[in-house]
This record gives sequence, C-alpha cells and structure tokens, in this order.
Amino acid sequence: MRYHTPDNFDEASALAAQASGTTRFLAGGTDVLVQLRSDIVTPDDLIDIKHIPGVREITNEDHGGWRIGVAVSGAEMTEHPRLELDWPGVVEAMDLIGSTQVQGRATLVGNLCNGSPAADAVPALAAAGAHVTVVGPNGSREIAVEDVPTGPGKTCLEKGEVISALHLPRRGHAAGDAYLRFIPRTEMDIAVVGAAINLRLDGDTITEARVALGAVAPTVRLVPKAGAALIGSTLDEAALDKLARAARAACNPIDDRRGTIKFRTKVAGVLAQRAAKIAYARAKGDRK
Amino acid sequence: MALDDQKGGFKFIGTRPNRPDGLDKVTGRARFGADAHASGMLHAAILRSPHAHARIKKIDTSRAEAAKGVKAIVTRADFTQSLQPAPGMKGENWNILENVMAGDTALYDGHAVAAVAATSALAAKDALKLIEVEYEPLPHVTDVDKAMQADAPVIREGVAAGTVPKGLHPNVAGYHESGHGDVEAGFAEADLVVEDHFVTEATHQGYIEPHACLAQLGADGKGELWCCTQGHWNVQKVCAALLDLETSQLRVTASEIGGGFGGKTAVFIEPVALALSRKANRPVKLVMSRAEVFRATGPTSSTSMDVKIGMKKDGTITAAQGVFRLQGGAFPGAPADMTAMCAFAPYALKNVHQIGYDVMTNRPKQAAYRAPGSPMAAFGVESVIDELCNQLGLDPLDTRLKNASHEGTKASYGPKFQRIGLVETLEAAKAHPHYTAPLKPGQGRGISCGFWFNHGGETAVSLALSEDGTVQLAVGTPDIGGSRASMALMAAEVLGVPYDNIRVIIADTASLGYNEISHGSRVTYASGLATIKAAEDAVKKLCARAAAKWGIPEDAVKWEDGCAVPSGPNAGEFPPMPIAEITRKMGATGGPICGHFEATPEGAGVSFATHIVDSEVDPETGKTSVVRYTVVQDAGKAIHPTYVEGQFQGGAAQGIGWALNEEYIYGEDGRLQNPLFLDYRIPVASDLPMIDTVIVEVPNPGHPYGVRGVGETSICPPLAAIANAVSAAAGVRMRQLPMSPPRILEALEKQAGDG
Ligand SMILES: Cc1cc2nc3c(=O)[nH]c(=O)nc-3n(C[C@H](O)[C@H](O)[C@H](O)COP(=O)(O)OP(=O)(O)OC[C@H]3O[C@@H](n4cnc5c(N)ncnc54)[C@H](O)[C@@H]3O)c2cc1C
Repeated sequence: MRYHTPDNFDEASALAAQASGTTRFLAGGTDVLVQLRSDIVTPDDLIDIKHIPGVREITNEDHGGWRIGVAVSGAEMTEHPRLELDWPGVVEAMDLIGSTQVQGRATLVGNLCNGSPAADAVPALAAAGAHVTVVGPNGSREIAVEDVPTGPGKTCLEKGEVISALHLPRRGHAAGDAYLRFIPRTEMDIAVVGAAINLRLDGDTITEARVALGAVAPTVRLVPKAGAALIGSTLDEAALDKLARAARAACNPIDDRRGTIKFRTKVAGVLAQRAAKIAYARAKGDRK
Repeated sequence: MALDDQKGGFKFIGTRPNRPDGLDKVTGRARFGADAHASGMLHAAILRSPHAHARIKKIDTSRAEAAKGVKAIVTRADFTQSLQPAPGMKGENWNILENVMAGDTALYDGHAVAAVAATSALAAKDALKLIEVEYEPLPHVTDVDKAMQADAPVIREGVAAGTVPKGLHPNVAGYHESGHGDVEAGFAEADLVVEDHFVTEATHQGYIEPHACLAQLGADGKGELWCCTQGHWNVQKVCAALLDLETSQLRVTASEIGGGFGGKTAVFIEPVALALSRKANRPVKLVMSRAEVFRATGPTSSTSMDVKIGMKKDGTITAAQGVFRLQGGAFPGAPADMTAMCAFAPYALKNVHQIGYDVMTNRPKQAAYRAPGSPMAAFGVESVIDELCNQLGLDPLDTRLKNASHEGTKASYGPKFQRIGLVETLEAAKAHPHYTAPLKPGQGRGISCGFWFNHGGETAVSLALSEDGTVQLAVGTPDIGGSRASMALMAAEVLGVPYDNIRVIIADTASLGYNEISHGSRVTYASGLATIKAAEDAVKKLCARAAAKWGIPEDAVKWEDGCAVPSGPNAGEFPPMPIAEITRKMGATGGPICGHFEATPEGAGVSFATHIVDSEVDPETGKTSVVRYTVVQDAGKAIHPTYVEGQFQGGAAQGIGWALNEEYIYGEDGRLQNPLFLDYRIPVASDLPMIDTVIVEVPNPGHPYGVRGVGETSICPPLAAIANAVSAAAGVRMRQLPMSPPRILEALEKQAGDG
C-alpha cells in the first residue's frame, strides 16, 4: 500500500488518475480504515487529502451560502457558531454519525462518497440542495449531492476525480430543515430509515419543499413528489397524509438484518411526517 | 440497599470498600488475555469454514507454508488421535476437539479448519488466504423446529443419549422429562387454561474482551498457557486431553478477564495455540477478532417452547405443562434439562410436567450464558401467567404470591426446597414504590419471577500470613464479578485484620488443588466458604502459637478482633496478642503460618428474583424503550452490596438486550449475517434506564454467612418481565424474542387486521 499526502487537489487527482489498483481518498478514515482493518478493502494507493490547505475550513461565501472543506469533521460542524442556525437539519444529521470519537474525524464528503444507502448526512444534504465541486483530470465540475451516489458503495465520480469542497446554498428567510433516522437503539447504529425535509414558508404556507430519504433504496433518494405534496399546504393532516404516501411510494428497500421491506416503507412515511413538523416549526422561528 | 437489621454483628461483611483490581483496571495496568507477551513470540490466526455444513475433502497448506514469516500450520491431524465420539455428553472431550478443529466435516459457518503461526499477525492472516480447502457443501439446518423434522439433514448420527425416546430425529441429542401429579386432572379443575407458543433467538454473552491466549509447549511435553478464561483448571484438563499431555505438565494462568458470563467456561483457541507452539517450538499468541467470537464461540440456545397453565378464578394454579426445544449448535449439550427444571420452580404446584429437547443444528456449539436455559423458560411461563392474570382480572404479584414456592415445597423438578426467599422478593416488590407508581399513556408494566439453582463445586483456597501480619489469599476461581473484594471481606471478617491488609490473587493451576470453573454463581459461595475455612484454619494455628507462648492449652485461646486472647478468666490473664506480634516471630515459633481448605461444598442455596419493568412503545415505529426497571433478588447475604447490585443490574441490562434487539441472524445459506456489534445490537448506555435494586437477604443455611450466588438469577426474569411490559404497552401479546421494532409493528398490524 502506498500512502500519499498531496498539497493540492490537482496533485490528488493526478495521483488517483495514475494509480492502477484499488484507490481510496483518506478523509476522516472512519469508513476507509474500518474497511481496511476488517479485510474488506485494502487500498493499493491511499491518498490523504487532509494536508491540502483550507480543507478544514467552514466559510460563509459572498452569496450567503456555506463552503465546507472536505476534512471538516462532524464535531467542527456542531461547534461552529453559525452553521447550525442556517442548516440545523444538516448539522443534526452529521452529528448523529457514530460516537464522540468518530465525530472527531468523520466528514460529510466521506459519508457521501462511501456510498452507503443509509448514510445519515446525505439525505439532509440532498434536501438542503447542496452540491460538491469535483476536481478531475479534465478540469472541474459541480454535481448536486443527490446525483453523486449511483448504487451501494458506488458514486458517479470518474477515475481521478476528487471532491474539493461541499457547498450549501444561501439559507434565506422563513426556512427550516430537519433530519430524523430510525434505529432500534438510541445511538451507535446504522439508519434503518432516514428522512430529511427542507422547507420555506410564506406566512403559514409552504412555498418550497425538498424531501430526501435514506436506507429505503439502493441510494439516498430525493423524492420530488413528496416535496410537491407539501407545497401550498400549511402542513395540515391532508398534506401530511399525502407526504407519507409519496414517501412510501418512493421506497424500494431490501429485507435484511436491519429491517424488512414492509417496516422500512411504513416507517419512511412516519419519519417524513415527523421531520416535516420539525422543519416547519424551525421555519417559523422555533430554534429548539 | 442491604437490610441493616440482618447485619448480624459483622464488622466487614456488608461494607462497600473499593475493589482491589480497580486501580489496575482504570489505569490500563490490568493484564488481560491479549496483554501477554513472550520473547520470540509468534502470532496465530485461524482459518474458518465459510459453509454451514460441508465435507472437507482436502486441505492443501503447501503454499501457505512457503509464505514469508510462516512457522507452523496445524490441522486436525496435529491433535490427539486417541479420543472417540460417544453418545450424549460421554464423548465430551471428543466434541470439544471436533469444535476446536474440524475433522472431516465443517459443521457451521465459522468452524475452525486450520491455523497458522507466523512472525506477525498480518503474515498469519495473509497466510490463511493461501490455504486451499476443498469443500463439498452439504444440506444444512439452523432452525430448531426444522432440525427435528423428518427431512432435516443429520448433523451427526449416533449422538442421541440413552434417555432420548426412540423414533425422534437423530438431531435430538438429549431429552429430559420430569414433574409430578396429574396435569390433565389439574387442567380439568381450572377455570381458565392458556396455552401458547414462544420463540427466542440465540444471543451471545457479548463479553467485551475477545478470547486471547499465549501458549508455549515444548517437545518435552511441558507447557505454559496464559489465557482469559473462567476456569483454568478446566482449560488445563481439556488441553491435556486434546494434545496427549500429562495434566500437571501444563501450567495454566488465568489473566484478568473482560467479561465471560458463562461464555468463557468453554475451550476454543487454547489447544490450537498450544499445538502451533509445539510445532513451531516458539511461544504463540492467538487473539480472536470480534467476528470470530460471534461466529465460533458460544451463543446461548435459541428455543421453541409450548407452555400451558390452568388457573382458578382466585388465582390458584391447578396445573402447568411445558415443552422446551433448545437449539444447541452442532454438538450435544444444550441445557434443555435446565430449561425444563427451572420453568415452574417458582411455584408450588400439585400438577406439573415438563419436557426438554436438546437439538443439534449447523450453528456454533452453544455455551453457558448466565443461568443457562432458565431465562427462556421464564419468558414462556411468566408470559402465560401474565395472560391468565389479565384475563381473570388478577393482580400479577398477588397471584404469584398465592402460588409461590417456599420452604418445604416439593419443587417442580423434584426435591424439597430448603429455606428460600421467593415470597420475600415478591413482598419487597409489592412494597416498592415502583409497583404502584402511575404509568403515562403508551406505557405498560410487567413483572416476572425467576429461578436459578446455583452451584458449589470443587474448590481449593490457600492463605499465607506475612511477617508483618498482612495476608496473601490465593483462590482458584477467576474474578468475573468483583469476587476478590468479597474474598478479602470474608477473610478480614474471620481474621479481624483490615480489608486493605489482604491481597487476593487468582492462583495458577500449579499453586492450588483443582478449582472448578467460575460458573453456577458459585464463587462467592464456594470460594467464599473455602476462604472462611482457610482463614479459620490459620486462626487456629495463630491461637496455638499464642497458647505456646503463654504456656496454656490451645483451646484456652480464642481469636478476637485480630488478636489472640485468653478464652475466659480461667485461662489466665494475658494481654491480647495481635496478629503481627505472632507472625513477626513465626519463623522461630514453628515456621510459616498458612491456612487452607479443600472441599466440594454442596450447600449452594437456590435463589429467586422478582423484576418490575415499565416500558413505552411507539405504535408508529414499534420502537421500545425501557423507562423504569427494578430488580428485587434474594442474595442470602450480600458480602459486598455494591457488587451484588452490579450483578443485579448487569443481569437486567443483558436481559434488556436479549428481549429487545439481540439475535443471531442466519441467512438462507446458513451463514451468520451479523457477526459484529454494529448489527448484533447489545444495549448501549443511553438505551438503559437507571436500574434500581433491592437486596433481599434470606440466609442460605449452607454457607457460614448465608451467601447465595447472585450472578445468574438476575438474568432469569428480564425476558418475561420486559415482554409483559411491552405487551401491555403495545396492547398485543409478544410471543417471540427479540421484540424488535419490525416484529412489534407486525404484531400491531396483525392485531388491527384481525380486530
Ligand atoms: C463506529 C462508527 C459509527 C458510525 N456511525 C455512522 C452513522 O451513524 N451514520 C453514518 O452515516 N455513518 C456512520 N459511520 C460511517 C462513517 O463514519 C461515515 O460514513 C463518515 O461520514 C465517513 O467519513 P470519513 O471522513 O471518515 O470518510 P473516509 O473513511 O475517509 O472515506 C470514505 C469514502 O469516501 C471517499 N472520499 C473521502 N473523501 C473524498 C473526497 N474528497 N473525494 C472523493 N472521495 C472521497 C473515500 O475514498 C472513501 O471511499 C460510522 C462509522 C464508525 C466507525
């Protein structure tokens, strides 16, 4: 195994492009190192991106959105004084990952690129409308978060491509997001279902809504029909009912040791409703 | 809280000093199994079957042998050839050998087939990939009911013990039947009879320290073994049998142990490490991964059970009957007899009948797990009693009190109970504020009783006094629950010296006579009894030295508060002679002063518990939380109340995991799907409420201070108590464990559909 510490993303990309065997980028390593130790993936080239300047920074960009460096840990996001005011759902989703120890290392982009359908941060990012900047052998491109994963453990990134930053849009007024996951215990578990909601209100009425679900399909899924079910409503019973139905209709889960198809489908509707209520309250200014 | 009025004038017993191993453990100084090192040490790894059942046609180790760093490879051929299979438990050493290293057939996913020792752990692991095994997969079965059906694949012919009735499937390895009275007549007398079917899944003991050992064995047949085990004399005996050694030539030292709960009473890796060491002529260290622990060490049995109980309107049980099928993995030995015998033990019954089946499947050999077999029985029985109380509108505690076993009751499994404390636990539960506390909407309360026999067993203890009057106490039962503190307290009580002046160690196999495993909740009872007797032996010798000095007869001296004193006015006027004064001169007054005791104490008192649980169920997701938990248990006498409470709480915590989320999940391919803590869900700290404890003390007449074992009984009631609470909260009877959210939601939907 070769271990690299490039100084910039072009170099990181070039290293990955030249590598011939199994290649992994090393962000927090909470997936990569675990897979290595348990003999699941032994990379031939391990490209540590934590030595690139700026990767640990959270910056408020000119247009009001946020740029999050690819080595920013969950703990750094939670401790940031302002990020959570704008994107409480994204921060709470990231904060659910692992334990205190894991929080000190795990990153958003690692969570995204590991490609787990159950990744906790990804539904919240997709609902938020986040995108990533990708540096590759043929220059750079921007990709919406929901387009990155293509299947369990798979992403749309080409050989040699590396994500250089993640961007959250400007929050704007009267808006709120929320993420909930179902696990049988209280912590240290993998989502059996995850649901993220991001809303904007005009008075009591929902004008924008994005809904994303985790662990109910081969990838995290943005569910436009579930969002549409909420738009124009005041989150009344009828809208919640439509939301749950749309969420369930989007489910295409598997039966496995973590949950059944039936269970996941049912609970996806329940969590979508509960997350919607929290996002709605946040959009109304409730910051609990 | 210990009952103060029963303290009986003890000075040390019943106090709560810090445990002697505390500082070692919190500073990392404690040496666990994997902390042993030796110069020139090799590292070992084990190759395991990926198949649930497969004939091993060929093992080619040539490529692995040629790999860099590889020093030895062993297969079954490197173990004894002199053991033979035999029916039932008669061939147990052969069974252990077969489990430790597969013979011609791999019997479960994870079954060891070969092992490598190499210069690094990585080299050993890499070499495993070079061993070529040719398998011929065979049909497999992992479910207990399916394993008993006519078309089930046979795990091994000729295993059935003599007690197994003719005509059963060859996978039925053992059979137990007992009871008294006439159950049919009893059911006819009942106003209500409830009969139900219950299922529990296999759960793992979940000790945090994986099995680990360091072995050294020379061509001269002399060996040294360091390992984490609940019983090193047993390891010594088994390893000697599996490797054709003389028992005494193998010295075994038990390391600190990071949990066992019964799972470290068995032998898995030690003979393999010894065989590798013998072959490589180097010390060999072998440490299991967590996945190996799950795949190849003992989970408990899964079960399928039928329970039928008849009751009168006033709550009197008229008859009880149970059939308990235990899945024990690919070997005989599932505790079906224990399950059957414990099932109805809390109740004084005129008519009772129980049957247990020990059934083999393609799974790892089950191992003891706290009160092996009893918790599952209680789940079935106490669920049915709960249902009867619900349907007849009876209070569940009063009903249990009405039927409770007491001194003189003919137990469901035969003998007459001596003094027991079930009624006292029920009364304490009834008086506890928990029982009458209001419940919030969506919450339910459950209660259950539980029973375990407890055990005595072969025990040897030795105690040596130092010149300064301090004490070295050597016991042979690995400390799995704070027993060194309890031993020191008991020795302090007899000797009258401060607790801190006593150093307790777990001696190696060369230093004491045979000590049975730390199992059966026997340590504080049996090693405690032996410690008291050994201390009394030393006291007698101390008194003799004082008598000689004073020139009076030995029986004119007694021991008081750490001093020899004249036994009465007629003995003469001498000032008290403190222990240190006697020991300082012991070299010149007759030599070292030691006390020892060896016996097989038979008076372990049985014990009972009653648990109260409140739970809350989210009807939309099926998620359960345990919101309040109270354990009431008879400890006989709590030597160190804090560690008694720890045992109570630990049993409840493990019971919560077993009841709610823990389970071995097998795929169609017969492979274990969740061999990691990620998907094998033991409770995390935030899943648990504060577990309240009440220590009831009804002294055991078989122990000088009244001790009853407490380590196992605490896991007997939780499954049922939680199931009763969850059933009440959800409004639907839960008959299958674990009560995972999908199962609860399924039950709710089924009920809504039926209603
Ligand atoms: C104990 C424990 C608990 C966990 N709990 C959870 C949980 O509750 N929820 C959850 O979702 N996950 C959980 N995880 C998984 C893991 O922590 C998360 O997925 C985490 O976000 C991964 O981030 P990382 O920085 O550690 O990624 P790494 O392990 O460093 O990388 C993960 C993957 O992303 C790729 N990658 C990393 N950075 C880039 C980049 N800049 N460009 C392109 N590819 C990149 C790597 O090549 C690799 O394939 C847990 C892990 C552990 C060990």
